Amino acid sequence: METTGADIVIRSLKDEGVEHIFGYPGGAALHIYDALYAQEDVKHVLVRHEQGAVHAADGYARSTGKPGVALVTSGPGVTNTITGIATAYMDSIPMVIISGQVTSNLIGDDAFQEVDAVGISRPCVKHNFLVKDVKDLAMTIKKAFYIATTGRPGPVLVDIPKDVTAHRTEYTYPKTVSMRSYNPVTKGHGGQIKKAVDLLLGAKRPMIYAGGGVILDNASELLTSFVRLLGYPCTNTLMGLGGYPATDPLNVGMLGMHGTYEANMGMHDCDVLLSVGARFDDRVTGDVNKFCPHAKIIHIDIDPAQISKNIPCDVPIVGSVSTVLTEMIELIKASKGKPDKGAIKKWWDQIDEWRGLNCLKYELDDKLIKPQYVVEKLYELTGGDAFVTSDVGQHQMFAAQFYKFDQPRRWINSGGLGTMGFGLPAAMGVQLAHPDATVACITGEGSIQMCIQELSTCKQYDLPIKIVNLNNRYLGMVRQWQEFFYESRYSHSYMDALPDFMKLAEAYGHVGMCIEKPGDVEGAIKEALKLKDRLVFMDFITDQNANVYPMIAAGKGHNEMELGPCAAVVDPDRELA
Amino acid sequence: MCRRGRSGPGVGLIMRHIISILIENEAGALSRVAGLFSARGYNIESLTVAPTDDPTLSRMTLVTRGSEAIIEQITKQLNKLVDVVKLIDLTEGPHIEREMMLIKVKAVGDSRDEVKRLVEIFRGRIIDVTDTSYIVELTGDAKKLDAFINAARGAGIIETVRSGVSGIGRGEKGLRI
Repeated sequence: METTGADIVIRSLKDEGVEHIFGYPGGAALHIYDALYAQEDVKHVLVRHEQGAVHAADGYARSTGKPGVALVTSGPGVTNTITGIATAYMDSIPMVIISGQVTSNLIGDDAFQEVDAVGISRPCVKHNFLVKDVKDLAMTIKKAFYIATTGRPGPVLVDIPKDVTAHRTEYTYPKTVSMRSYNPVTKGHGGQIKKAVDLLLGAKRPMIYAGGGVILDNASELLTSFVRLLGYPCTNTLMGLGGYPATDPLNVGMLGMHGTYEANMGMHDCDVLLSVGARFDDRVTGDVNKFCPHAKIIHIDIDPAQISKNIPCDVPIVGSVSTVLTEMIELIKASKGKPDKGAIKKWWDQIDEWRGLNCLKYELDDKLIKPQYVVEKLYELTGGDAFVTSDVGQHQMFAAQFYKFDQPRRWINSGGLGTMGFGLPAAMGVQLAHPDATVACITGEGSIQMCIQELSTCKQYDLPIKIVNLNNRYLGMVRQWQEFFYESRYSHSYMDALPDFMKLAEAYGHVGMCIEKPGDVEGAIKEALKLKDRLVFMDFITDQNANVYPMIAAGKGHNEMELGPCAAVVDPDRELA
Repeated sequence: MCRRGRSGPGVGLIMRHIISILIENEAGALSRVAGLFSARGYNIESLTVAPTDDPTLSRMTLVTRGSEAIIEQITKQLNKLVDVVKLIDLTEGPHIEREMMLIKVKAVGDSRDEVKRLVEIFRGRIIDVTDTSYIVELTGDAKKLDAFINAARGAGIIETVRSGVSGIGRGEKGLRI
C-alpha cells in the first residue's frame, strides 16, 4: 500500500529502533509532524530552540551509544542546528538530523525559510543527503543511520523537501545497506598489532593514552582488562574519562592542558606510548615539537586520517578499538615475553612520586565557596554514580578533574568544539534515556544562559535534572587567561546584570536554590538529590578568583606544567627513571 | 631537538602531486572535494572532473602541492569522504599527464608567421583564424603549455583557456571498481 513521504520518515525511524526524537516544527516539516501525530512509537520532545534539540539528541547518543535523532524545519530551523551538529561532529557522536526543506520547485528561488541545508552543514557532518524522490526516502534514511553509526561515528543530515514528504510510494524499510564508496575498516593489521605488542612488552616506561574512541566502541571493559594485564599506567583524555575507571590505581588521571601532573610527566618521560582511540588534539599534546620526546608511538584509530595527522607515529594500527585490543590481549597472553617487572616497578615509583605532589590540591576557605569543593561534594553525595553533563569553561575542567568517573558514558561534555550551552539540553537527552538515574549538569552562569530556555522543556517532560551552577560572575576561563596572559585586563569577561537564578528556575516551575556559604554546600546538594522528581537549580556563588590548575600554557611541553599554589614544584631537568 | 611536528627537518619538502579520484557521480560530490580543500587549507592547482565510461562514476584529477605529510593527509581526508570510491596519487608511479589549452594570440604582420612556426614546433593546431588573431589548440603536460605561453607572449596573448590536468597511470592496471 502506498503511503506519504512523511509517514515513511516516521516509519523508517520506528523500524530503525528510534524511540525518542528531539525537534521543533515549522512550515517545511509540517507533513512530517502530522505523521508524528498519528502514532505513538516514536516519541517527540519539543524543545525551545533547535540548538537544544541537537544537543539533547547528542546527550541521548553519548549516554546510550544509540544514535540521537533531531527533527527540524527548513531555514532558521536548520541554521540553529549547526552548532549542535558541529559539536557532535568534533566528538564523533552518531546522530541523524532530519530537516524539512522548501518544496522542490522553489529550491534556489530564495523562498521563504529556504537555506541550502546540505551546503551549510557540509563541513560539519560526516555526510548529508538531499532527498529528491520519495522512492529514495527509506533507503536514504537507512544509509544515514548506517553512516552515522559505523566506522568513526558522526552526524548525518537528511534534508527533505516538503513535496517529497507529501508524495506517495510503497514503504519497505531496507534490511541491509551496502555502499561501494563506504566500507569502514574494523580489523587491524595483524603484523602491526604484533609489532605493537612486542614494543609494549619491551617497554621500560610505558604509557597508555586512551580517548573517546574507547567509549564510542564500548571497549571500556576490554581496555580495563588490557591495562590490568600489563600493569601499565593509563591516562584518559577529556573525551575518554570513564573509559578506564578513574579510581583504579593504574589510572593516572586526565592528561593535557589541565590534566594531572603525573599523567603529563608520564607522557613526557615515557619510552613507549600507546594511543587508543585518541586523536592527539592540541589540548592534549601541548607543543607538538616537545611531545613525548623519548617515546615510540603506537596509534590505534578507526579513522586512518587521524594517524600521523598531528604527531608522526611509529606503529599505526587502523581498526576498531575493540577488535584491536582483543587481538592484543590474546597475543600478550600467548607471548613468551612478559613486561619487565623491575623497570615497570621503577617507573611506578617515579609516577607515584609525581602523584605525591597532589597537583589538584586547593585551599578550602570558610567564607568563599571553592568550585572544586562543590564538584567533590557532588561526587561524594552521588556515590560517583551520576551522569554528569557540563558546559565549557572552568567548571568543565573542575568537573573533569574532581568527579571521578568509573564507568563509560557517564561524562557528557563538548570536548572538541567546546560548545557553551551544551550542558542543559544534553542533560535532557541523558535524563530521557535514563529516567531513574541522577543526571547533574555542572555549568556556569555564562554557559547556562546560552540555552537556558530549555528549562521550559524540562518542565514539560518532567526531567528532574540537577543543575549545579558554579556562579563566579565571570566567564571564568576567559578571566583566567586574561589574568595569566593579558596582565589582568578583564576585557568583557565580567557578567554584569545576572538574573536571580533561583527566581528564574522558580518562574519556569522548578526548584531554585542559592548557596552562598561553604557550610551550606553539602546540605543543598543532599536536599536537591532528595527531590527525585524535580529539577533543582543550585546556584552556587563561588570564589571569583579560583583558577584551574595545573596548566600547560600554549607552546609548552608536558614537562612544563604550571602547578597551583598548593602543589610542590619539581625540577624539570631531573634524571629519567 | 625537533623530531616531531610539522616543522621538523625532512618533512617540509613541497612537491607537486596529481591525485586521481573515482567519485560517485552525484550532485554535490564536487563541492565536497572543493570544500575539504578550503576547510583544511590545502591548495588546489587544478581540478578536472567528468563522468567515466560508467556514468554513475566521475573521474576527478586534482593537482596539488604539499609536503609528504600534507599529501598523506589530503589523500586520507579525500578517502574519508563518503562519495569517494577510490583514489590514487599518480605521481607515486609512472604516469601520463595531459592538459589541453585553447589560446587566442594576436597575429598581425611578422608575428603571423612567427606564431604559426611556434605552433608547429609545439605540435599544436590553429583552429580559428581572423585577420588579426589565431586560436591555437595545444595538448601536453603542464610544463609544455607553460613554455608555449612564454613563447607566445611576444606576439601578444588575448585569452588563455586551460582545461586543467588529466592524468592516467602507465601500464595495464587501471583505477576502476
